[in-house]
Amino acid sequence: MAKTVIPFGPQHPVLPEPLQLKLVLEDDVVVEAIPAIGYVHRGLEKLTELKDYEQSVYIVERVCGICSFMHSMAYTRGIESIMNIQIPQRAEYIRTILAEIARVQSHLLWLGLLADSFGFESLFMETWRYREDILDIMEMITGNRVIISANKVGGVTKDFTDEHIKFILDTINRLEEKIKDVENVFLNNYTVKQRLAGIGILTPEDARELGALGPIAKGSGIPLDLRTTGYSAYKYLDFEPIVDNHCDSYGRTVVRIKEIYQSFQLIRQAISKLPSGEIFIPVKGLPNGEVISRLEQPRGEAIYYIKTNGTKTLSRLKIRTPTFANIPTLLKMLPGSRLQDVPVIVLTIDPCISCTER
Amino acid sequence: MAGISKNIMSKSPWVVHVNCNSCNGCDIEFLACLTPIYDAERLGIINVGTPKQADILVVTGSANYKNIDVLKNIYNQMPEPKVVVAVGACACTGGVFHSCYNVIGGIDEILPVDVYVPGCCPKPESIIDGLIEASRILEEKRIKIKNPDKGVAI
Repeated sequence: MAKTVIPFGPQHPVLPEPLQLKLVLEDDVVVEAIPAIGYVHRGLEKLTELKDYEQSVYIVERVCGICSFMHSMAYTRGIESIMNIQIPQRAEYIRTILAEIARVQSHLLWLGLLADSFGFESLFMETWRYREDILDIMEMITGNRVIISANKVGGVTKDFTDEHIKFILDTINRLEEKIKDVENVFLNNYTVKQRLAGIGILTPEDARELGALGPIAKGSGIPLDLRTTGYSAYKYLDFEPIVDNHCDSYGRTVVRIKEIYQSFQLIRQAISKLPSGEIFIPVKGLPNGEVISRLEQPRGEAIYYIKTNGTKTLSRLKIRTPTFANIPTLLKMLPGSRLQDVPVIVLTIDPCISCTER
Repeated sequence: MAGISKNIMSKSPWVVHVNCNSCNGCDIEFLACLTPIYDAERLGIINVGTPKQADILVVTGSANYKNIDVLKNIYNQMPEPKVVVAVGACACTGGVFHSCYNVIGGIDEILPVDVYVPGCCPKPESIIDGLIEASRILEEKRIKIKNPDKGVAI
């Protein structure tokens, strides 16, 4: 049979980002997918060699607008470990709470985009309406909705007041009820299930072999969660990684919905244990040394390699983002699927192209 | 408000969104404009997938050497009259990335930009404000095309 090549992207209604996949088709079945990336490459790692190491916090925040807080958290944690700074307990807790809020925001955003990818517009609108409540928390605490700039080397810039804590708890209590309705549609609706169950199958063996991370590994039955290593304030919190054994798009959706509830639990736990005190200690001297800093982002594990030479600027920054590690799993899932399922499968890895290309 | 509704009623602007070199921050804020809290659709603004049906091109992120052709291609596919809106600091000037080796600069280095929406990221309110301004410019351009001798009158 004759083969057809269809370009998917770089400008595509489903993806807000320019990812290009060249899909080789036989009839409407995908035989091969060839990725072409590089549309969002900025050269951000090189820019950190020109800027002050404290200014670079604001640059790494703009690696990605969705998980921006966690990028700055990984970077500041790296620099702090080079300089042997022990940041105050309260700052660790505030970072953890803000990271979990950012995770809820990212998962709600993803759920909305998933609904959009199979054409369920009203579900997309509903999910994004709930996401706005999370953004209200961000705006109240830090003054910005998306890129919140709450981290700096030595602690955090914004403190929680009693009013903030009350607002956070009220909002997540209210949201938890509302998300149950959305969850019901995502997991039990017949039509939605038809579009998710059995689509984009990734066996646990393949997931291990291809180095899947985050919700993709968890959706294939691998309990891979870096938060269990207990960085930041996670060592004081009680939780288990969420795992699902469906090994398909449905499984990944289940994992992300459960992670939203888990994040709510973690926020409540962290707020109940929030110590009082300083949120920031002054930093003296310049960093000299190298470090690998890792943390769990909404999409999986991010690795920061930071090398400094005792001057104001860095000598090297290397960022390995989770989407980069997850693209091989996408290329494994696509062959054999129908063309109409391609947008759903691409979205279930939660691609963040600006992270990948930097 | 009467002026705004007159313009919007005369033409419901359809928008195509292109992510050039953006960090996603502006993209998700642009998408948030279309969702219930901000709901740009009440002003007749609809996001479409293809440039061939669009009146307004919303660009987020700066221009780089790889996406320059994509952007020009999309712009050329749009029918006249068309308006370009640059959303975010990167699209306006290059933003924090203006000194990166792969960043050419703002979108105005490549396309004629009509409306600039500054901010990193701009709030949905200011993006909607920019789209309303764009629909006014669209109406001006439409009149100009209809009556080339008369010049601008609105």
